[in-house]
Amino acid sequence: MADLNTLTIAEARDRLRAGDVTARALTEACLTAIDGADALNSVVHKTPEKALEMADAADARLKSGDAPALCGIPLGIKDLFCTRHVDSQAGSRILQGFRPEYESTVTRQLWDSGAVMLGKLNMDEFAMGSSNETSTYGNAVNPWKVDDRKLTPGGSSGGSSAAVAADLCLAATGTDTGGSIRQPAAFTGTVGLKPTYGRVSRWGIVAFASSLDQAGPMTKSVRDAAILLQAMAGHDPLDSTSADIPVPDFEAALTGDIKGKTIGLPREYRMEGMSDEIDRLWAEGRKMLEDAGARIVDVSLPHTKYALPAYYVIAPAEASSNLARYDGVRFGHRAKLDQGDGITEMYEKTRAEGFGDEVKRRVMVGTYVLSAGFYDAYYNRARKVRALIKRDFDEVFAQGVDAILTPATPTSAFGLGEMADSDPVAMYLNDVFTVTVNLAGLPGIAVPTGLDSKGLPLGLQLIGRPFEEGDLLNTAAELEARAGFVAKPERWW
Amino acid sequence: MSIDKDTAARVAKLARIRVEPDQLDALAGEFNTILGFIEQLNEVDVDGVEPMVSVTPQRLKRREDVVTDGNQPDKVLANAPDAREGFFAVPKVVE
Repeated sequence: MADLNTLTIAEARDRLRAGDVTARALTEACLTAIDGADALNSVVHKTPEKALEMADAADARLKSGDAPALCGIPLGIKDLFCTRHVDSQAGSRILQGFRPEYESTVTRQLWDSGAVMLGKLNMDEFAMGSSNETSTYGNAVNPWKVDDRKLTPGGSSGGSSAAVAADLCLAATGTDTGGSIRQPAAFTGTVGLKPTYGRVSRWGIVAFASSLDQAGPMTKSVRDAAILLQAMAGHDPLDSTSADIPVPDFEAALTGDIKGKTIGLPREYRMEGMSDEIDRLWAEGRKMLEDAGARIVDVSLPHTKYALPAYYVIAPAEASSNLARYDGVRFGHRAKLDQGDGITEMYEKTRAEGFGDEVKRRVMVGTYVLSAGFYDAYYNRARKVRALIKRDFDEVFAQGVDAILTPATPTSAFGLGEMADSDPVAMYLNDVFTVTVNLAGLPGIAVPTGLDSKGLPLGLQLIGRPFEEGDLLNTAAELEARAGFVAKPERWW
Repeated sequence: MSIDKDTAARVAKLARIRVEPDQLDALAGEFNTILGFIEQLNEVDVDGVEPMVSVTPQRLKRREDVVTDGNQPDKVLANAPDAREGFFAVPKVVE
């Protein structure tokens, strides 16, 4: 019998209900796996006592017959989510020792559904990065390995993707501002869904770029993504941008039938210099959906090229505003001050010590593009381009397209440290296929569909209509079934 | 547009992040790389396009203007680096 920590949510749920396993046994299996995986540096705050307490409570609920959807399912939580009385640092030194007095809406809903918290997961500092190398905890490491090199699990949700791929948990939460769920999922052979903007409450999640941030599930299967999204989603009066619309039954949407659906392939995503492997993967995905009865059409998203530059105005601008709160007064780190230092020195020293280089860079770029004289040239222009990017998608969907198929990433996972000498823009290019989706507020999912010649996972992305995650998940499940991706990283850690 | 050392220093000041003088040249260089990348936006014809305010068409919800929270100063101060007698403590602000 396979180890319990390798189960999917759906499998564990059925076995918990059948009385075949206990939440305690599931949780213990995950805690053992976590303790044996320190080399991955994925779980950065372990909460074993809390986990066992929650597991016992879940077992009692299961026994009494009052078992909500996720009852007894052990999860890892990205460090960006505030969890009451548990360290919540957003991967930053400036929040060292921060233990919130409140629970984020998403995690509260998960615990209300009976889920069990195993611990907090590594991530790029304030979710700014694509390789988990900007974290104050050090790099998270990809469980996939094909030579001597340690590979990135992607970012910013790198601890989450590594934990799911290495079976340290049944599933994890992630957040995605420009690709931070989908790129790490693609790098680790797991499934990552970024819901429509507004589907999931942002309350209690440390803010990076508020008009782009969205939390979502990172799982071992598309079905699990549907189950976990169900528990995360819903209107929240505490987040004025959360959508006050009904949450459909996402799992029920997995009918296995996509006959007659129209799938668009955007010609602008065929980037110059794209590797043959990615090109082949994309063609195979097209064939799989065609075989499933979908109609494939070529579509055009003419402003795709401008998505990354627009993002690198809008996201830093919002970050510079959001991160103004880290001032050494109300929470987190405060620098030691010299005799005669006033409040300005306190701010400047605290922020210089507390923020890492990438965060400083983005806060300052954001400050610059918002400063008097440049606001129109940069910030307003970027918001106009963003409107055009969204219009591109609106027009494609208006033509009757149900979902759009693209590669998830330009390459497979790269080695930790390999990008150290590149300029910051080279790292930004990781998000070239994913960032458009955040700018347009759409749902997007990365599905593992194959291995490259080195033996590393590659994924495809499906982009759906706003608030139609059910339909998107159904198409993704068909792609998953036909790709038949079952490879697992060989244990070396 | 090129950013020089003085502009980099001004931006760091505005962002309230201390940058040592010997690091300003490198910082200006990084800004220029990023801004060079952003310059591509100038190729786009944005005539008559409204800047996006909200990505979803819905109007922000309103609520009654009433107190919904409060009376928990201990919790508010629990994570403060320096809290005294129910207040956040900071260095002297006014002479």
